[in-house]
Amino acid sequence: MIGQKRVAVEVPPTLRWLKENLFSTWYNTLLTLLCLWGLYAALGSLLTWIFAKADWSVIPANLKLLLVGTYPAEMLWRIWMALYLVVCFLGMSAGLWGSLLRDTVVVLSSAFLFLALLPFGVNERLLLSGLALLSWGMMGSGWLLRRSSLRRWGARILLGLWVLSPVLVVALIGGVPGNAWLAPVSTAQWGGLMLTFMLAIVGIFASFPLGILLALGRRSELPVVRWLSILYIEIIRGVPLVTLIFMASVMLPLFLPGDTRVDQAVRAMTAFTLFTAAYIAENVRGGLQNIPRGQYEAAQAVGLSSFLTTVFIVLPQALRAVIPANVGQFISLFKDTSLVFVAALLDLFNIGRSILANPNWLAHDSEMLLFIAFVYWIFTYFMSHLSQRLERTLGVGER
Amino acid sequence: MRKILAVGLVVALLLPLLTIGQGQPTDTLGRVKARGNLICGVNNGVPGFGFLDERTGTFSGFDVDYCKTLATAIFNDPAKVTYRPLTAAARFTALAAGEVDVLIRNTTRTFSRDVELKLNFAPVTFYDGQGFMVRKTSRINTLRDLNGATVCVLQGTTTEQNLADMARRLGITIRPLVFTDVSARDKAYDEGRCDAMTADASGLAGARVKLSKPDDHKILAELISKEPLAPVVRHGDDAWYDLVTWTVYCTIEAEELGVNSKNVTAQRGSADPNVRRLLGVEGDFGKKLGLDSNDWCGNIIAKVGNYGEIYERNIKPLALERVVDGKPSPNALWTDGGLIYGIPFR
Repeated sequence: MIGQKRVAVEVPPTLRWLKENLFSTWYNTLLTLLCLWGLYAALGSLLTWIFAKADWSVIPANLKLLLVGTYPAEMLWRIWMALYLVVCFLGMSAGLWGSLLRDTVVVLSSAFLFLALLPFGVNERLLLSGLALLSWGMMGSGWLLRRSSLRRWGARILLGLWVLSPVLVVALIGGVPGNAWLAPVSTAQWGGLMLTFMLAIVGIFASFPLGILLALGRRSELPVVRWLSILYIEIIRGVPLVTLIFMASVMLPLFLPGDTRVDQAVRAMTAFTLFTAAYIAENVRGGLQNIPRGQYEAAQAVGLSSFLTTVFIVLPQALRAVIPANVGQFISLFKDTSLVFVAALLDLFNIGRSILANPNWLAHDSEMLLFIAFVYWIFTYFMSHLSQRLERTLGVGER
Repeated sequence: MRKILAVGLVVALLLPLLTIGQGQPTDTLGRVKARGNLICGVNNGVPGFGFLDERTGTFSGFDVDYCKTLATAIFNDPAKVTYRPLTAAARFTALAAGEVDVLIRNTTRTFSRDVELKLNFAPVTFYDGQGFMVRKTSRINTLRDLNGATVCVLQGTTTEQNLADMARRLGITIRPLVFTDVSARDKAYDEGRCDAMTADASGLAGARVKLSKPDDHKILAELISKEPLAPVVRHGDDAWYDLVTWTVYCTIEAEELGVNSKNVTAQRGSADPNVRRLLGVEGDFGKKLGLDSNDWCGNIIAKVGNYGEIYERNIKPLALERVVDGKPSPNALWTDGGLIYGIPFR
């Protein structure tokens, strides 16, 4: 501290930043030190616990359960294959279209490499590194495709593949009846992080268009459509999500004839979709109301039909304005997937709880819950980071 | 054109309703056989009774083993079970709605559940009940020894009420130390702030594993409340109820007769008519239950085990003994002074 004045001329930027922001005056220095002490008092014991006292052996021992639940071990190659397929498409798209997708691939591939460092078996590590390599390789070939004359056709084929991908993934993981290689695996055996992802992804991609339709319906001039939309939105928003899942999973058979059964996971996905759609609808309606009248009039003046006006003039502006709200909704959907315990499904959180009832791991609840919270945080943070990138790319708040 | 479309849409939406009532549901056993697996409502969060085991990659536990016995009786394959982990709130609705074929989820048999909820309870597989955990060094061996002791208990539960009732009944004084939170209660007991801790015996066993020195503590054999846990089926299918009932009796009778998974093959040649009937060497009890094989009980014993083996495998890791210091718990065989009593196969 004594020689500070003398060296101040050539201090590195970090030190200068520290001095300017934390130690500029004597009372700021005092406050900084007090805060540091407070932080240490609050977090010190937690950090000591995390790094010294906690027994993390429960996580690697149960990693397979946490990631894919009770999925048959000899069928795991199907999940790997589905993962490879999606990463393949993703890498290609990132090369072809760039921007956000490229970010996603960079983050994903580093995540794969990071996972490969964790205590998995040799095979899993190789497969993980393979995933990272594949994503970069496909990104490269996508980039080459972008430069070539085949660009348009490539883009079309890739779009087609994306549309087809849910079918491929479900066929791979869920199986095809009567096929020896892809023997059906019931959704009761899907679980862990995989199920969390499936529920969230299906929920997000199905609720978004439904929400837009509902928002447009609510502003429609056809009275029945408007009333039905309002009725739907207000009823769904007035009911807790748990109730919806409970209704869908436990009480549905009471209303269905005979021995009709709807798959448990599909029911949960439907409940999530219906619930989120109502909220998305209200978010989008907020965006729609923000579009100035002049936009409609201008569109009419150039002779656009009301359908074209909605699709090309109104919706793009409205949706762009409500990205933060919608992403918030999707993040909460991602976390709400843990409510599927009501539907007798074991997502990441409930797998964790089920493992903790194992007499071998009884005393490990703190480690397990902290780990699960950390996994949720990583993915939600990634989602909100992507949304910020999306906003910047689209110039939200600048126009 | 629009009108035709609208009418068509309404008709298309209503058409499925017409099929209601068609495709008559058959009996439960028939449906289970047609489906090719048993849907068993289980618990996924109770130590010893239902949890996920990383070694097998699937469900494990006392209740889960009883799902397996039923699947073995029907399919001769303990793996043909779809486990449906149910919450306490959803379990009866799920059973009534036909979401599960049988509910084996540490469910206490009570009057209102049996009668009002229109359920049928199979024989009790585990007698749980409020018990006491004490230090091995404390010289508390019976309930009367608790006179003057400080007892850690959860606030506002029937547990607390039962404790006060017991003290009045025995004419002893007990100083309850009340907590609102399970982990606070366990910690206080671990730190020695009370001489004993009271909760359901299976819960005590789970709590003991988390103590700093689990081996220094024991659970008294005497229980002061009744929580008889049993498999449950819904009303209306007596044949199915019989099958669930006799599956449980098969495991108990096998233990009584000394038939276990290791000697079951040899026991098929036994001269004892009781064993011969149990294992299907004589009689056709399997056929009478609607099963494919008379060897159903033998299969259960070979692939899952008798009552004692199921208990050893699942409850023993919690160090909840069937006989503590010569005093039988209710889960000991009746020949040892417990309540587990097999019904004759004849």
